[in-house]
Amino acid sequence: MTNPATVRRAIRHELARDPSAAEPGASIIRIDHVSLAFENPVLEDVSLDAREGETIVVVGESGTGKSTLLKLMLRLLRPDQGRVLIDGYDIAALTFDDALIVRRRMGMVFQGAALFDSMSVFENVAYPVREHTTLDDDEIEARVREKLRFVDLDPDRVMGCLPSELSGGMRKRVGIARAMANNAPIMLYDEPTSGLDPLTTGTITRLIMKLQRELGVTSIVVTHDIRSANRMASAIALLHNHRITFFGTPEEMAASEDRYIRDFLGGL
Amino acid sequence: MLAPSRLNDAAKTKVLALQNFALLAWNATRFIVARPFYALDVVQQMDAIGVDSVGIVVLTGFFTGMVLALQSSNSLAGFGATLFVGRLVSASMIRELGPVLAGLMVAGRVGSGIAAEIGSMRVTEQIDALNTLGTDPIKKLVTPRLVAALIMMPMLTVINDVVGIIGGNVIGAFVIGVPSALYWHTVWQQIASDGFVLRVIPQDFIQGLAKPFLFGGIIAITGSYYGLSTTGGTEGVGLSTTRTVVTASISILAVDYLVTQVLLTIFP
Repeated sequence: MTNPATVRRAIRHELARDPSAAEPGASIIRIDHVSLAFENPVLEDVSLDAREGETIVVVGESGTGKSTLLKLMLRLLRPDQGRVLIDGYDIAALTFDDALIVRRRMGMVFQGAALFDSMSVFENVAYPVREHTTLDDDEIEARVREKLRFVDLDPDRVMGCLPSELSGGMRKRVGIARAMANNAPIMLYDEPTSGLDPLTTGTITRLIMKLQRELGVTSIVVTHDIRSANRMASAIALLHNHRITFFGTPEEMAASEDRYIRDFLGGL
Repeated sequence: MLAPSRLNDAAKTKVLALQNFALLAWNATRFIVARPFYALDVVQQMDAIGVDSVGIVVLTGFFTGMVLALQSSNSLAGFGATLFVGRLVSASMIRELGPVLAGLMVAGRVGSGIAAEIGSMRVTEQIDALNTLGTDPIKKLVTPRLVAALIMMPMLTVINDVVGIIGGNVIGAFVIGVPSALYWHTVWQQIASDGFVLRVIPQDFIQGLAKPFLFGGIIAITGSYYGLSTTGGTEGVGLSTTRTVVTASISILAVDYLVTQVLLTIFP
């Protein structure tokens, strides 16, 4: 057995390093034969790999465990069987404090944005920066402005607003700005375009692609929106009957002769 | 054997809930001395829990003191001891009614507020967002509320005691006919009658201030526990607030009895 203190030191040392020093093409996220059940099975023997800079889009019917996959990656849930490796660390096996350190490498965009409703937009985006860096107030404000501009929001207009004063699309964009505030190399999106009009859906999709293209972020996107999936995906994973029944490029999915995939694509 | 099996499951659920409650109390307490310190959150909570509760505590204390003076003057009149109404009012307020009534009022106002606020954060995924931003929700949300409640409950109780005794004085002076100077003299006689701890702290105060300290802990932890356990949307939030008020109120009365028993054994 490895000494837990040694493991913790190794994690902290590893996570303190420059993310760009990571091995090119290495597996950043690996879901390894994961099974999970509550009263009924949710996931059975699911495996998935995301390499650096890839955008993996997970699609499937409602209730097939897509969001559960994201929660497993964040260790908001733990698998009954199998491993979830983030940057090579089995996140379920880490202590709570060490899992917090690994989580700082990930940014999560929630379906409803999950902005802190008692805080202004500025405070929401500044929150992770204040928590995990030693930047002074001016540097924090500069970081917040930079991230808000990245998501196509005018900082002077929105920074003082409360989340309740924003539209759904703006809330999603603030959610993305908050998730990327500490330059997380991994981004997870839970239904980022649900409930949005087609124009705003296009804006959010372009933002996710921009993050991949300009910052080399590795992304896992859970969505029902197959048109957006086709635009942004390096690969698409289809969850059906608690398992991943298809994993391939959007072109391979479109060319598939599998009846369920044909029905699934036709139904969308 | 369905019934024993169900009974077994119900017992397991209760024991698990008790274990989680104890674990939450332990973690929230140990985080008081763990970095980072959320001092600003503590101050905000002291305002919300303490300052905002002064109104109901003053009203409760004043009317309780008046009722106590009225009722006891009738009983004391039978022994020709109406002049000692101040002793009775002050003993009742400082030892029992002050702490318990302040505790019950704050449990209703603050406990339900804590459960509703944290419960809403749970159902809108803000708690998950805190986790994903690398913050321990117990450290950020529960510990500041616990510290604030531990500090503010004794203060609210002192206010309740003083206002209650003043309420007794008003009735004494204008209804029963006990001069104010005599009333306050008998109040002091009562406070001094049981002796002093460390020569300056009246024994009654030890009893009267030990209890609210515990009640503050009960209110903060109960509200936080039910808030964090909230499931099922807005209906779940409503259930959590109701459970918080019921559980905290019963716990306050039960702990009041136990602490009284222990303190009477230590300071007979």
